[in-house]
Amino acid sequence: MSFDTLMLAICDGVAYASLVFLVAVGLTFVFGVLGVLNIAHGSFYAFGAYLAVTGGVALTKAGYSPWLTFPMLFVAAVAVGAILGGAMEKFLLQRIYAKEQVLQILVTFAVFMILENVQRLIWGVQPYFMSEPLQLLGNVSVFGITYTAYQTIFLPVLAVVVLVCLRYFLRYTAVGAQILAVTEDREAACAIGINAQKIYFVTFIVGATLAALGGALAAPTTSLIPGMGAEMIVLSFAVAATAGLGQIEGAAVAALMIGLGRSLAVYTAPEFEVLVPYILMVIVLIFRPSGLFGVQQLRKI
Amino acid sequence: MTLRNISLILVALVLAAVPVFAGSIQTFMAIVFAKSLAVLGIILLLQAGQVSFGHGMFFATGAYTVAFLGRYLGGGDLVLLVAAGLVTSLVLGVAVGLFVVRYRYIFFGMLNLAFSMVLYSILEKFFHLTGGSDGVRIRRPTFLGQTFDRGQFDTVIYYATLVMALGAAILVWRYLKSPLGQALKAIKTNETRLEYIGLSARSVLLVGYVISAVLCGLGGASLGIIQGIATPEYTYWTRSSEFVFIAILGGIGNVAGALTGSLVYEAVRTYAAAFVADSWQLILGFVLLVIILRAPEGIVGLATSMAERRRASRAVETGK
Repeated sequence: MSFDTLMLAICDGVAYASLVFLVAVGLTFVFGVLGVLNIAHGSFYAFGAYLAVTGGVALTKAGYSPWLTFPMLFVAAVAVGAILGGAMEKFLLQRIYAKEQVLQILVTFAVFMILENVQRLIWGVQPYFMSEPLQLLGNVSVFGITYTAYQTIFLPVLAVVVLVCLRYFLRYTAVGAQILAVTEDREAACAIGINAQKIYFVTFIVGATLAALGGALAAPTTSLIPGMGAEMIVLSFAVAATAGLGQIEGAAVAALMIGLGRSLAVYTAPEFEVLVPYILMVIVLIFRPSGLFGVQQLRKI
Repeated sequence: MTLRNISLILVALVLAAVPVFAGSIQTFMAIVFAKSLAVLGIILLLQAGQVSFGHGMFFATGAYTVAFLGRYLGGGDLVLLVAAGLVTSLVLGVAVGLFVVRYRYIFFGMLNLAFSMVLYSILEKFFHLTGGSDGVRIRRPTFLGQTFDRGQFDTVIYYATLVMALGAAILVWRYLKSPLGQALKAIKTNETRLEYIGLSARSVLLVGYVISAVLCGLGGASLGIIQGIATPEYTYWTRSSEFVFIAILGGIGNVAGALTGSLVYEAVRTYAAAFVADSWQLILGFVLLVIILRAPEGIVGLATSMAERRRASRAVETGK
C-alpha cells in the first residue's frame, strides 16, 4: 500500500467516522438518559438525508444561490428531529417506559418498519443525489493528495464542534444538569422539582436531530437508496456498543476506529468492507463485554 | 386422554388430510409449516425475555447448506439435505450463541442483527461462490432414494414439513415443561436467583439459543427446497423481523402461536398483500404496535382469554 493510498484511506475514514459519530452519539445519548435504544434512529438518519436533498434541489431549481443548500442541511435535520422525533416520544415512548424491556425494543422496531416504508412511499426506490455542497467548497491537498474540503475539513470540524457543544451543554447549562440528574436517579430528580417528562422529550429530540444531521451531511457524499437506514442503525449500534453504551467521548474514539478500519479495508480488501466494523466490535466485546469505556452495571436481586 | 391431546390429534388429522381434499393449497401450507419452524425458535427465545432480530442468519444457513450440498451431489436426498441443514445451523448456533448469550435485551437483539447483516453481505459480495443476490438454485431432491415428479414431490414435501412442524412444536412444548425449560423462563423473571440455585444462566440460554437456531435452520432448509432457491434475502433484516412479527401476532406465551400466527400471516400476505404491496411493511408495523400496546398475548392469548371469559360468565349464570 503506497503512501498516497494510505492518505486517501485516512481522509475517507475520517470523513466517514465524522458522520457515523453524529448518528452514534445521538443513539448513545438517548440510551444513556431514557434507557431505550431506539431502532428507528436509523430511519431518522435516512429521513434527514432525503429531506435535505429534496429541499436543496428544490432551492437550486427555484433559482436561489446554491450556497443555500448548506443551511438547508441543518434545517432538514432540525425539522426531522423535532417533528418525527418529538411525535414519536410524545405519542409512543411515553406510554412504554414502565413496560418490559422486550416490549420497548419491539415498539421502536415497529416504528422503524413503518418509517422505512413511509420513506419508500415518499421518495421511491431510485437513488437521490445532491453534490452542490461538495463542489462549492472545492478541493484541498493534504500531503500531496487532493481531496474535497467538505470531507476533510467541514465534516470533521463539525463533528468536533458537536462533541464539544454536547459536553458543554451537559456540564455547564441548567438543562444539561437536569438531564444528568434525571439520568442518575429519576425519582430523586422529580422530588426536587425537575420535570422528567420534559427532560425525556428534549433529550429524545436532541438525539433524533443528531441522527438526522448525520444523514443530511452524508447526503452530498453518497447517493440515497432505500435500506440506508437499516445499515446505519446497525453500524451506529456497533460504534455505540464498541465504545460502551452511554459513553459520549467514547463514541468519538470508536467511530474513528471503525471509520478508519473500514476505509483501509475499502482500499486493501474491498469484499471485507462491510465486515470490518463488526469484526472490530466483536473483538472489543470479547475482551471488554461492556465496551471500551463502558462500566459494568450493578445487578439487582 | 385430555382435551388438549384430543384437539391436537384432531388438528393433526385435518392437516394430514389436506393433500387429499384440498391439494391446491398444499404448497401454501408447506410454506406455512416451514416458517412456523423458524417462528417457534423465536417464541422459544421470547420465553427467556430475549428477542433476536437476526435469526434469518440460521434460516439462510439452512437454505444455503441445502443449495450447496444439492449442487455438489447433483440433487441429493431430502432427508440428507435437511439433516445437513440441521448440522450447519447447529454449528453456527453454537458459535454465535457462545458470544451473544453474554448479553441481554437490546444488546442481544442488536448483536444478532449485526451477525445476520454480516452474513447477508458475505452472501451478496462473494458472488463467484454464492451467485450474489441471484442466489443459488435448489434442484428437486429425491426422497429416500425415490425420484418424484413435481406434483408428487409437492405432496412429499407437504408431509415432510408437517411432520417437522408438529414434531418440533411437541418437542419444544416438552422442553419448556422440563426443568431446563423452566430455567429458561427464569432468565426473564430473575436471572440472579437462577444463578443462586446453582445454574449457569449463560448455559441455560445457550441451550435455548442453539435449539432456536436449529429450528430456524430446518425452516430455511425446508423453504429453500419448496421454493427451489436460496437467496441472501433469507438473512435480510426484513426476514428476521417477519419471524418476530409472526411470533408476536400468534402469541408468545404458547407454542401453538407459531402455527396459528404463521397461518394467519401467510394467508393475509398471499391473498391481501397484493392490494397493498407498497405499504405492506407499514401495515405490519402498525399491527405490531397495536398488538403490543393492546393485546400483548397475541391471537392464541386472545382466544384463550375469550374462552375463559365465556366460562366465567357461564359460571356466574349457573350460580344464579
